[in-house]
Amino acid sequence: MKLKGKVFKYGDNVDTDVIIPARYLNSSDPANLAAHCMEDIDKDFADEVSQGDIIVGGKNFGSGSSREHAPLAIKYAGVSCVVAESFARIFYRNSINIGLPILESPEAVQAAESGDQLEVDIDKGEIKNLRTGKTYQAAPFPPFMQEIIKDGGLIEHVKKELV
Amino acid sequence: MIEKILAAHSDQDQLKPGDIVNARVDMVLGNDITTPVAVEEFNKIGVDKVFDKDRIAIVPDHFAPNKDIKAAEQVNMIRKFAKKHDITNFFEVGQMGIEHVILPEKGLTLPGEIIIGADSHTCTYGALGALGTGVGSTDMAAAMAAGKAWFKVPPTIKFVYKGELKPHVSGKDLILYTIGKIGVDGALYKAMEFTGEAIDNLSMEGRMTMSNMAIEAGGKAGLIAADEKTEEYLKGRTQRDYTVRNADPDAEYEQVIEIDVSQIEPQIAFPSLPENTKGLDEIDEKIEIQQSVIGSCTNGRIEDLRVAAEILKGQQVNKNVRCLVFPGSQAVYKQAMNEGLFDIFIDAGAAVSTPTCGPCLGGHMGILAEGERAISTTNRNFVGRMGSPGSEVYLASPAIAAASAVKGYIAGPEEVK
Repeated sequence: MKLKGKVFKYGDNVDTDVIIPARYLNSSDPANLAAHCMEDIDKDFADEVSQGDIIVGGKNFGSGSSREHAPLAIKYAGVSCVVAESFARIFYRNSINIGLPILESPEAVQAAESGDQLEVDIDKGEIKNLRTGKTYQAAPFPPFMQEIIKDGGLIEHVKKELV
Repeated sequence: MIEKILAAHSDQDQLKPGDIVNARVDMVLGNDITTPVAVEEFNKIGVDKVFDKDRIAIVPDHFAPNKDIKAAEQVNMIRKFAKKHDITNFFEVGQMGIEHVILPEKGLTLPGEIIIGADSHTCTYGALGALGTGVGSTDMAAAMAAGKAWFKVPPTIKFVYKGELKPHVSGKDLILYTIGKIGVDGALYKAMEFTGEAIDNLSMEGRMTMSNMAIEAGGKAGLIAADEKTEEYLKGRTQRDYTVRNADPDAEYEQVIEIDVSQIEPQIAFPSLPENTKGLDEIDEKIEIQQSVIGSCTNGRIEDLRVAAEILKGQQVNKNVRCLVFPGSQAVYKQAMNEGLFDIFIDAGAAVSTPTCGPCLGGHMGILAEGERAISTTNRNFVGRMGSPGSEVYLASPAIAAASAVKGYIAGPEEVK
């Protein structure tokens, strides 16, 4: 799968409370989550993001709460993938479980600026920065996780086993 | 320790860090925010039964008692799910409490077990020698159907706490100090194991406070070996047989960190990360507060309320401060009431609430306005955590929160006399 989009870049420790503040968690409606995505750290995000855009974060992206509403809000906002130096572990597994592509590459993150265009090959884990022309290699997923991703998320994976 | 627990639940002789296993879980937990999404996902799987109606716990606690119509609709949906599947451990308002306070209290989390919860503070159960770890709603849905979850075996950092604590220094201060030392991603993708004489000497409440905040260092688990205190705590509560799975004497660790607790002062985590810690003695300005929150899954147990009451006894909450006390469960509430702690709180001008997560996550029952500051015994001080993105949260122990409520600025118990 190949993706291309504009970069929205943020710093280290972007937590799930700023990705989707708890005051909006009384509903899991996709439009509600998308409208308030990143609101407490970047109030213009929801207006400026377009289908396919890419969030680039620093270390420990998605830290804090286990709310799956966080990767869902990002997905519903139209973001095609998140590239970070590292992910908080619950956000990491939630993203895989719901089918939001995520890649870890400190080099790609350090070289990216807001507004850059990135081209991402999810299968190969390659991230190309179209401004600089440089390509970066993300850490590959272990085979077990690749299987979940291939099945289209955890629910489809479990369905195959149980039903 | 985590390797032993995971191996026993996946029929393996031995596991090492990096291995991925599909392990049986002993309890699956969700709250009123995460369960609705899990129910939707569960329904997509196409099974008509949950794996075990006695091994699922659903606790409406975040926006409970329902704060608005949407929250009420969410709880209604999970209430119907619980009824349909005859879920034994659905805790309605009136019997409920904050999930991580009531599950151990009711003997639903036992040594050597695996508990996954669609709530990040599920790591609290590490204090009982169990692998408790936070997951998302989809994991919860899959586990409700299959009784299993996938885990990558993490490497473990062993913390050895030596020496004796100074007065008014608690489990909360030890964990804040630890997070300050290793950072909010210091244990990312790793398990933390808390050991040493200072841990042996901590009460179960203090241990649960420590394990509760392992996630604030990025940890998958905050494990403490089960001992006589654990057995004592579990007497009369246990609902199942269990097998203690403490670390072997020759267990291997990725890293061992020794901490001399006799040097640790009461800790305050400044906004907006739990790692921004300072000892009380390092603060040389008067940081005025408008709210003091005492309670939560971190510090809402009886010992926490006793500590706060001891400081508030005969004192008055500062006229510029709202002091909110949140017992973690109905049992804690009743005990505090019977011990006369509520008289102390109310006479001091503090408000006592029914159990809820409410203010901790900026849900309800104590939201901050722009420019307001709170001292809080909760676990997170992120931007906008307790309300306006322009408000601030300082994390501390019940002793500091109570003393600060009286003084109107961040202060230690010695200043209240």
